[in-house]
Amino acid sequence: MPSTTTVIIGAGHCGLAMSHCLAARSIDHVVLERAEVANSWRTQRWDSLRLLTPNWMTRLPGYRYRGADPDGYLSAREVTAMLEGYADASAAPVLTGTTVTSVRAAGGGYIVRTDRGIWRAPTVVLACGAATIPAVPALARLVPAGITSVTPVGYRNPGELPPGGVLVVGASASGIQLADELHRSGRPVTLAVGEHVRMPRTYRGRDILWWLDAAGVLDQRYDEADDLVRARNVPSMQLVGSPGRTVDLNALSSAGVRLAGRLAGIAGGVAQFSGSLPNVCALADLKLGRLLNTIDAWAGTAGERFAPTAVGSPPLGLDLRSGEIAAIVWATGYRPDLSWLDVPVLDRRGRVAHDGGVTACPGLYLIGMPFLRRRKSSLIDGAADDAAELTTHLAGHLDALAGRRERSAS
Amino acid sequence: MTATEIPVDNGVNVEALLGVREALPDTPEIAQFQWRSTVSWVNGTHSRSDVETFYGFSDEQQHHTTFSYDVDHPLQFAAQDNGVTPVEYVLVALGGCLTAGVAAVAQQRSIQLRSVQATLTAEMDLHGILGADPDVRNGFSGVAVSYQIDADATPEEIRALVAQSQKRSAVYDMLTNPTSVTVDVG
Repeated sequence: MPSTTTVIIGAGHCGLAMSHCLAARSIDHVVLERAEVANSWRTQRWDSLRLLTPNWMTRLPGYRYRGADPDGYLSAREVTAMLEGYADASAAPVLTGTTVTSVRAAGGGYIVRTDRGIWRAPTVVLACGAATIPAVPALARLVPAGITSVTPVGYRNPGELPPGGVLVVGASASGIQLADELHRSGRPVTLAVGEHVRMPRTYRGRDILWWLDAAGVLDQRYDEADDLVRARNVPSMQLVGSPGRTVDLNALSSAGVRLAGRLAGIAGGVAQFSGSLPNVCALADLKLGRLLNTIDAWAGTAGERFAPTAVGSPPLGLDLRSGEIAAIVWATGYRPDLSWLDVPVLDRRGRVAHDGGVTACPGLYLIGMPFLRRRKSSLIDGAADDAAELTTHLAGHLDALAGRRERSAS
Repeated sequence: MTATEIPVDNGVNVEALLGVREALPDTPEIAQFQWRSTVSWVNGTHSRSDVETFYGFSDEQQHHTTFSYDVDHPLQFAAQDNGVTPVEYVLVALGGCLTAGVAAVAQQRSIQLRSVQATLTAEMDLHGILGADPDVRNGFSGVAVSYQIDADATPEEIRALVAQSQKRSAVYDMLTNPTSVTVDVG
C-alpha cells in the first residue's frame, strides 16, 4: 500500500493551491483527481460562463493573471487552461483518472481507497469542491411530464432547450445569468426569486469586487462573523462576468423577464410562488445599502445609491400544464459530494463540521467551502490564504505526531 | 453606548429567546411545538373558540387561563355580529406576529422603540366564497400592512426591523407560502 504524508482529494484550484503550499515546505503528497485537472470547469459549466471576479483577482499561491485584460473575466475554458498551466508550473503530483471510493481513519492516520489502489497517509485534505451536485428541491418531482428540467451543472446553451417559455427557479448568480441568457435567446422567462444578494457590477466607477477587496470586506474572518452559519449560507452574488453590466432584478424586469416569488410548491400541476417577493427584495436592497455604507465609510466619502427593486404585481401561480412553460432551470444551489467520506465529521445535516477548515478528526482538513476562513474563501482568490494557513496547521500536526513517536520510542 | 445612556428596554426578554436557540443543537426536539384550539358552534355563523393548552419544550404546556374568542359575521351578512369574522382574526394574527417581531428584533439590535402602530387591510372578492365565479379565490387577493414607527433609529434601520420581522414571522410565512391543512370527520 503506497503511503505519503498528505493525500489531497481534488485537483481544482484549491487542491492545486494546497499542493503548492505543501511543496514549498517539502511535505510529500499526492493529488487524487477523478478525471482531469480542473474537471468541474471542463465538464460542469455552461458555454458562456465567465467568472464573476475580474482577472486581476485571479490569484493563486505563486501565480497571478498577467494577461492583456486585467479588467475582463475568464471563461470556463480559460480557467481550465489557467489551472492546467498552474499544475504544470508547480509540477503538482496529480494522479488523474483516480476516483476516491472511501476515506477512513486508521492507526492515527487515514486509508484512502480509490479505483486505482489504496493510499495510506497521516493527513488528508478534502478539496473536492462545494458545488458538485445540484441541490434540486424535492418538489421538482411534481413537475408535469413534458417539461424539460435542467440544472446549471448540465445546461450548456439556450439551443438545447425546447422552444417556448422557461421558468428559472432561483435568482442567485447562476439563476440571473441563465435568466438573462435565455431571455436574450428570445424565450419568455419567468424568474422565481427567493433570498438573494443584490450587487451592482460597478460602483463609483470601479468594479464592485475592487471595493470589496480594497475595503477588506473579503478578508473578514470566520471567527469574527456574528452568525457564521448564516454567513456560510449567504447566496452567491447576483453578478455576471461582463464588463460594466449590472444584471440585477431591475435590469432583468426592465428587459422583460417576469419576476415571481420563491417557488414554494407545486399542487395539481400549478407552480405556487411565495407572496413574499416584496420583502425578499426589500431585504436585498437593505443589505446592499449596508454594504455600500461600509464601502463609503472606508473611502471616507459618500457614493451613489441604487433604485429600490421594483416588484410590480408578481403572479402567485403558474399552470405548468398549460404549455406556457417548456423548460425549468433549477438554479437552486449546489452541494458537495462527500458520499465516500467514512469519517465521523459530518453534522446532523450531512455537512462536514469544521473550524476554519480543521475538522474534529486530527489530520483531516477541508478547503474550498464558502466562508471557510474568510468571506473570500468561495472565490478563487481565497484559496491562497486558506491553503497557507491550513498548511501551517497540517505541518504543526505532523510535528506533533513526530514528537509523539519520538517520545514513545525513547 | 456610553455608561450614561439608559439601556434599551422594549420589554422583550431576548436572552431567553437566544437561550432556547443555543440549546437547540444539543436538544433539537425541544423546538417541536403543537398549537391547539377548539371550536364549538353556538348558533348561525356564531361559534366560540377556546385556546388553553399547547405542546412544546418537550412537555404539555398551558396558558395561565383559557382564552375564548367569539367568531361570527356582521349584520351586513345577515348575521348577528357576536364577534369578528375569521378573516379579520387573520389580520389580527398577522399584525400581532409582525409587531412582536419588530419588538424582538429591535431589542436584539438595541433600538429603543417609542411607538409602533400598523394598519392592515386585505382585499377580498365575495364572488369566491359565494361560488359565483370559479376564477375568483375564496381568500384575500392581497394584504397590505402599513407601519408607523417612532424609534431611536434611522429610517433605514427601522425599515430593516420591519423587513427582518417579516423574514422570521410565522403568520407571514403561512399567508405567503402554501401550508398543509387536513380535515377529518370522526
